[in-house]
Parts: sequence; structure tokens; C-alpha cells
Amino acid sequence: MEKVVHVEGLYGTLGETEILNDVSFSAFKGEVTVIIGGSGSGKTTLLRHLLGLLPVETGHVSVLGRDISDMSEEEMNNMYHQMGVFYQNGALLNSMTVGENVAMPLVHQSNLPKSLIRDIVIMKLGLVNLKEAINLYPSQLSGGMLKRVALARAIAMDPPLLFCDEPGAGLDPVSLESLDNLILNLKERLGISIVLVTHEVSSILRVANRVVFLDQGKVLFEGPLEDALSSEIPQLRDFFSLLHTDLFPGHGK
Amino acid sequence: MQPVRENTGRKILEINNTVCTFEDSVLHIAGTLRIDNAGHFARAVLKELRTLDLKEITLNLEKLEDIDSAGVMALLYTRKRLSKKFPVVKIEGGNEDIEKKIEIFGSDTQLEEKPAPDYEITEAVGRQTYQFLASYIYGFFVLTADVVYWAVTDLFRTKTTREGEFVNQSVNIGVNASLIIIIMSYAIGLVMAIQSAQYLRIYGANIFIVDLTVIAIMSQMGPLITGVLVAGRSGSAIAAEVATMKITSELDALRTMGLDPIRYVVVPKLYASLFTIPLLIILANVSGIAGGATAAYYSLDITPEIFVNRMGSVMQNKDLVTAFVKSQVYAFIIVLTGTFYGFKVEQGAEGVGKVTTLSVVVSISFVILADAIMAVIFY
Repeated sequence: MEKVVHVEGLYGTLGETEILNDVSFSAFKGEVTVIIGGSGSGKTTLLRHLLGLLPVETGHVSVLGRDISDMSEEEMNNMYHQMGVFYQNGALLNSMTVGENVAMPLVHQSNLPKSLIRDIVIMKLGLVNLKEAINLYPSQLSGGMLKRVALARAIAMDPPLLFCDEPGAGLDPVSLESLDNLILNLKERLGISIVLVTHEVSSILRVANRVVFLDQGKVLFEGPLEDALSSEIPQLRDFFSLLHTDLFPGHGK
Repeated sequence: MQPVRENTGRKILEINNTVCTFEDSVLHIAGTLRIDNAGHFARAVLKELRTLDLKEITLNLEKLEDIDSAGVMALLYTRKRLSKKFPVVKIEGGNEDIEKKIEIFGSDTQLEEKPAPDYEITEAVGRQTYQFLASYIYGFFVLTADVVYWAVTDLFRTKTTREGEFVNQSVNIGVNASLIIIIMSYAIGLVMAIQSAQYLRIYGANIFIVDLTVIAIMSQMGPLITGVLVAGRSGSAIAAEVATMKITSELDALRTMGLDPIRYVVVPKLYASLFTIPLLIILANVSGIAGGATAAYYSLDITPEIFVNRMGSVMQNKDLVTAFVKSQVYAFIIVLTGTFYGFKVEQGAEGVGKVTTLSVVVSISFVILADAIMAVIFY
């Protein structure tokens, strides 16, 4: 299967602190690869390396078949045309309307006529069920709606690869399930590959094809979700332990 | 990817692996139609075909190998625009994958148009005026009333005030501004005296340089320089702080903890301003007069002893009183304007920048306006 992301022997530091320690894994075309781990395990640092936002000093990072470890700024900008990024808090520009936010990559990275861009923006917002919010400002939207607009912006350029950083952070379980279903739906319809960073167990179960488990900067597990759930690795078992907890002990008695 | 076979018709576009040819009312689209060439496709096709006189046009996709969402939208956009001129515009011949993508992405791009409010011009002017009065004039008076109420109340409820905040704010607004005020006042006093000296010398009225400097600095320039500098420096800081607190919900958090934001955030700043601005004015006066004395010594040979002796007969208690009154008025203007615009912030980071700029412009204008009004009243 074609690799969309391949990381080999990656080390990462933040100041004097070592965050990533010999990280290696792959994400494959058409799959949702979920990077999981507790707080401080290095998930966000790893994602920043995959996005080319942190320099790779030791190891190699390939995205869509190209090594981004020593790419020039111009080459990296061209790579960004093929990558959609969905940030934790949406990262929408508050001074722009929802429509302007979604249109931004199309305006700056394509030569499409304005009226066609507007049609595309409406279509993308339609895909996330927010067509009527086009003229609203982010401050007028709820948390769940903000995430959906951010998703529409991330897929504006039809990227073959979508990175999601904690998409469910701050959402209630119902909104989180709805967002997960939306991500899956878009994956199916657009045929994109997704690399998603999260620690929401319910979300992992819904969307993941493959799991990469990070603990203290090391990859302790990489493989299909089913294998992760039956893994004997203590840290991974602890991570999924919520699943085995009887949340409603008195229920049904 | 297979090489694109060209049609024998008129070629109207060849770009980025896409070839469009037109023959017998049929536009053959071959290759790929993606975001990198969708714009060129729409422009070129519309330009070439609009001039034709036909009853029917077909967009044939038999040789189209791949399409993305921008390509689908460009195709539908082209059909929509061509439909305005030609009675029948058809899309046909796409493979299963392309048909599926057209179905997914080809959703209705029409938005429900909300009818624009049907106001008469006079009604519109009336609404705008009412909104301005309600938002700015009434809002400013309500804020002033709140601030004055809490400022007076807190004088008698010292147990519940924020410990150490008065000192913090006094350092921020007063101590940290003292150096810039000393330098600016000295420079302005110096320049004013140098400019006047040449004319006084002509009339042999050298000694009046003391009168000119002392009266100008004590009654006008000292308080005004202080007011303008504090408005620019601390007024902007107050507006930015309050605005940031509002957009990060800190003000809401204070409210829900039972703390009034005006009392907790604004009143300490007002106390500090009321206390430090008179002291800053004294600094500005001393420094400005020192600048004038320096110029008098070098330009008109008036020694510091002569300058000080003459100064004693020129200075009036009235100047000290008016300077104090001005300082209190400026303190209210600066704190209230900064707070008012801070509370009015909307739309995140850019909003903070906007209200901060507005606050500085308005508070400096109000300080100068207040100075003019007080000059008329006191002199």
C-alpha cells in the first residue's frame, strides 16, 4: 500500500528537553492513522515535524513520497498546497467571515475567478452542513460549528492528505461523534488520507484504521486498531483502560 | 496517465495536461480538470464560446481522466454561465468516477437570500443616530457612572480592594512614565525658550524669558505634555488590557465569581492615575522650566540665580491649583476612554488593535479639548 507519511529515526528536542526519541512509523493512502498518547507524550511535536513547522535535525520525514527534512521554504510552500491542516482550536481568522476564511487558500493559491471561488466555498460549507453560516463571523459560531468551518477550510484545496490536531478538544460527546462522522464521511467522499492526533478514546474507536501509540517520545505500538485493542503493552492497555471500565455499575440491576 | 489524444476540432485550451477542442456544438474536454487549471478552463471556454450563435452546446467528458471538486465546480459554473446565452447546455460522457464526483460536489450553490430591510433614508439616518447615541453617548455615561460609584464606594470599603494593585498601577502609569515625561518636557521648554530668545533680545526684554517660560510651562505646557503622553502610553495599555480580558472571557470569569470588573480592573487604575498624574505634572513643570533656564543661560546670559529669583515673582498659586484640577480631569478622561473602548472590543486579535488605536486617538483629542475648555474657564 502506498505510504503518504513515513517517519524514520526522528529525534526531537525542545530546548534541552528530548521530546521525541527514535520515532519511526508510516501512514497509508486512504486510511485514517491516529497518533495517540497521553499529555506530554510528544504528539503535538511529532505533528509539527510532519507539517514542516519544526526542523528535522536527526532522522527523516517523508510526506506524500517526498522527503521534507531538508526542503527549502519554497518547496515546502508547494507541499502545503497538497496538505490540509485542521487545528485544535480551529485557528480561524476572527476578523474575516466564515466564507472569507474558507476562501482564503483558494484566493491565494489558485487562479480561480471570484464567482467560482464563491461557488466552491458554498459547496465546501455544504459538505460540513454550514452553508448558511457563510456571512457570519467566527465569534458568532458555537464550538462545534467553528470546528466544522475549520474542516471546510482544511479541505478547500482538495488535499490528498489531511492532518488533524486534536479535532475533538473541547467538544461534548454528541458534537464529537458528529465531527468524527463528518471526518469519515469526507474521507470516503473525497478519497483523502488522514493523520489525526488525539487522546479521545471514543474518537479513536470510531475513526482509526491504524494506531501509532507514543509514550514519553517513543513509539511503543504501530499497527491496526484491532491489534492495538488486544495489545499486551502495559501503557497501551492503561490508555484504553477506560473502555473496560464499567461506567454504569448499577445499570440494569 | 495516458497521453491525451487531441480532437480534430478547434483547440480552445491546452494547459496543464488539459486539452479542450470544439467541434459541431460539442466541447471535448480531455485530460484532467483540477484546481490548478480549473480557472483557466472556465475563463477560456466562456471567452471562446460566448460569441457563437448556437441553440445547443454539449460539454463532453469522454476523454476526461480525472476531476476534483474545483474542477466539478468549474464545469458547473461554465454550464451555468453558458445557459444564459444558449437554450440547451448539456454535460455528458463522464466515466463512473467522474459522474460520482459531479454528484457529490455538484450540490446547489444557491443561498437563501434574506430580503434587505426596506428602510426609508430618513429612517436609516434615524436608526444610525439612535444607535450612535445609545452605544457611545449613553454607554459612556453609564460607564462613567459605574466607575465613579465604585471609586467612591471603594474609598470606604478598603478591606475588599485588591491588595497591592494600587501600587502596581501607580508604578505602571506613573513611575514608568516619568523618564519620558522629563525628557520631553525639558526638550519642549528648551526649544520654546530658544525660539523666543531672539525676539526678546531685539527689544531688550531678556529678563521676560523667565516670565514666558514659567507661565507657559506651569499653566499650559506641563499639564498638556503630561496628559498627552499618559494618554498615549497608559491609555493604550488600559484599552488593550481590558479588550484582551474581554475576548479571553476573563471579564466574564470575574462577573461569575461575583466580582465587578469595573471595581476589580478599572478602579485601581483610576486611583493610580488620580494620584500619579499630578506628580508627573510637577515633574514636567520642573523639567520644562529647567529646559527654559538652560536656553536662557546660553542665549541671553541669564544666570540660574537670576532666573530663580525672577521665577519667584512670576509663579502664582493659581497655576498650581489649575494644574491639579487638570490632572484629575485628564486621569478620568484617560482611564474612562481606555476602559470604554476596551469593553467595546469585538472579533479577536484585530479587534484589540482597533480599539487600542481608537482609544489613543480619542483620549488624546479629549485631553487637548479639555485643556482648551479649562484654559477658557481659568484664564
